[in-house]
Formats: sequence, structure tokens, C-alpha cells
Amino acid sequence: MNLNMTLIGELIAFIVFVIFCMKYVWPPIIGAIEARQALIADGLAASDRAAKDLELAQEKATAQLKEAKAQAASILEAAKKREVQIIEEAAVKAHAEKDKILASGHAEIDTERNQAKEELRQQVAVLAIAGAEKILERSIDAAVHSDILDKLVAEL
Amino acid sequence: MSSGAEITSQEYIKHHLTNLSADSQGLCSANSLNPCDGFWTLHLDTLGWSVFLGLVFITLFRSVAKKASTGVPGRLQCAVEMVVEFVDDSVKSTFHGKNPVIAPLALTIFVWVLLMNAMDWVPVDLIPRIFELFGVNYMKAVPTTDPNMTFALALGVFVLILYYSIKIKGIGGFIKELTTQPFGHWSLYPINFILEMVTLLARPLSLALRLFGNMYAGELIFLLIATIGVFQLPVHFLWAAFHLLIIPLQAFIFMMLTILYLSLAHEDH
Repeated sequence: MNLNMTLIGELIAFIVFVIFCMKYVWPPIIGAIEARQALIADGLAASDRAAKDLELAQEKATAQLKEAKAQAASILEAAKKREVQIIEEAAVKAHAEKDKILASGHAEIDTERNQAKEELRQQVAVLAIAGAEKILERSIDAAVHSDILDKLVAEL
Repeated sequence: MSSGAEITSQEYIKHHLTNLSADSQGLCSANSLNPCDGFWTLHLDTLGWSVFLGLVFITLFRSVAKKASTGVPGRLQCAVEMVVEFVDDSVKSTFHGKNPVIAPLALTIFVWVLLMNAMDWVPVDLIPRIFELFGVNYMKAVPTTDPNMTFALALGVFVLILYYSIKIKGIGGFIKELTTQPFGHWSLYPINFILEMVTLLARPLSLALRLFGNMYAGELIFLLIATIGVFQLPVHFLWAAFHLLIIPLQAFIFMMLTILYLSLAHEDH
């Protein structure tokens, strides 16, 4: 055991080192450590929250998908119904149109026939008159008359 | 073995356990005119190595503290932060008050003592040989094998114990603590005082002597091993491996007891 001035020197060195450590070493390092701990804690909390959010969003998405599917199905059904309806309506309309067209056709044919009959009748009358005129102009010759008659017949 | 082939193991060990000393009359040597046994002697090697190792600690930790960021830490920052957190946990587990001194004090003690103890791992002849080349005859490179070093640390802690005891409890409270227990009767107060003083003074004394004793004994055995010839290699290896335990343990004990004593000083009965 050889205690001497060295002890005082070491004591001074010790005090200086402790004060330096207290002022310039400890606070920044422990500050950084604690700040990082807070940061990590925040990050973990945020990730927890994000996971929960994701779960919620997935649930929402599933519900929306289900709803959309139901909607699509109902739209499809309505469309089918409408299709049938349209076809029926079209059929009814087409039928009516057909009847109408038929009726008008018949009517047209009737009028045309009547007209033709009328014309024919007039022409027959004219021809008869013309024939009679010709017969009256000439002596009645069977052979001559026959060709006139034939002509008449052909004209009818 | 040291330079001269003729020296005995006893001389060898004694030589290696002598500090490089100086006083106002210059360097000292055992057989010359200036034997240096007075109080005003300085152990240059103890002072030099301890201040050097303290500066290593301070610059290393300061360099990390300057760049300390909350982002992803580098390797050095991780290592330093591990030490700081370890000390911080040790302080928090023992001391529950608020005190800006204890944690940095504990860190300084732990790392500084650890570095000084770690000089024990350097082969016993390496550093003295290198210094011998420059004409320096004595070189004891492990500062904690010098009682001056350990007593300086313990004295610093003791001053803090007294300071905080008086600051927290007041002088009256401190004296009351020293006299009124363990025996409650007033006539036994002097006995209480003697007992408590022994307890109080035993704290720095045990701190200093424990560290000094362990490191000095370890060093002595390293030196003994160095005298046994070729077989020293495996034995030295074993002893150095054993110091893997001793060196950090002694640093840790010194730090833990410092924290404990200071936290006792803060306790108000």
C-alpha cells in the first residue's frame, strides 16, 4: 500500500471524466435511445391500427361485393322480365299490324277488283256498242261476223 | 523474463510491480538517491494509462453522442447504446429517485474500470518491454492494480454519498440516522454512532480494496505464471480466460455498489 499524490491526481481525473460524461455524453445518447423507443412504440401502434383498418376495409369490401352481386342479380332478373314483356308486346303489335295490313290489302284488292269490274263492264258496253255498230254497218256475214265475235271474245 | 538473464523470479515480480514514479526531484528508482517514499510522489504510469483509457472512453462515447440519431443506428452506435442501456437499466433497477449524476457516474465508472481492468489481458511483459526500449525502466500498465487509483474512485463516490446524505436528509437528519439506529434507547446512541460510522466508512474502503485486491492478485498470478518457463503459455491462456469473468465482474460490482450506496444515501427514514 503506497498511497500518495497519485490519488489526488486520479480523483481530479475521475471528477473531470464524470462531469464530461454527465454534460456531453450521457444526455445525447440516452435522449436518442428514448426518442427511438418512442418512435418504435408509435410505429408499432400505427401498424396495429393499420391492421385493424385493413380488416375493417376487407369486411366492407366483402359486404359491398355481396351487395353488388345481389344488385346485379336483381338487375338481370328485371332485364329478363322486361325482355319477355318486350317480346310479348312486339308480338301483339306485330299481330295487329299484320291484321291491319291484311285488312287494308283485302280492301285494296276489293276496290281494285270492283274498279276492274266497272271498267270491264264499261268496256264490254263500249265493245258491245262498237260491235253492234259494226254489225249494223255491214251485212251480217257469219264468217265475217264470226271474226268480229272472236275479236270481241278475245277482247273480253 | 526481463532483459537480464541473471535476475531471479522474485526480482522479476518486484520489478513488474513497481510503478514508474516521480516527485519534485525527478524520476525515482529503487536503488538510487531518490527512492520516493514521500506523499508528494506521482505514479506516472498509473496516471498516464488511466487518463489515456479515460480519454479513449470519452472520445469513443462522445463521437457516438455527437452523431446519435433516432434513425437506424450504426454498429458503433449500437454497441455504445447497448452499454448505455445496460447501465441505465442497472441504475433504474436500484435507484428510483431522480438524479442527473448517478447514471453518468455509473457509466463512467463501469467503462473506465472495465478498460483499466482490461489492461490485465495485455501480456505482462509487452508494455514494459516497449517502454524499456525508450529507456523507461518501470511500467505498470494496469491502473486498477494501484491502490491510488481504486481509492480515488472510492473517495469520489464517498464524497457523493456524504453530499447526497446531507442534501436529502439535512445535517440533522443525517446525524440522526447515524445515531438512532439500530438501538432505539438514547443511552445507546454512542454505540449506534460507532456502528454506523463503521458501516459508512466500510463502504468506500471495501469498494477500493475489493477492486484493488482482485486486480492486484490477478496481476501477481500473471507474473508468477510468466516465471514458470515454457508451460506458461497454456496456463497463461487459462488465467486470461478466467479474467474474461473477473474483469467485467469487478467493473460491474464497482458500478452496482456505487449505485446502491448512492441510492441508500437518498433514502430518508
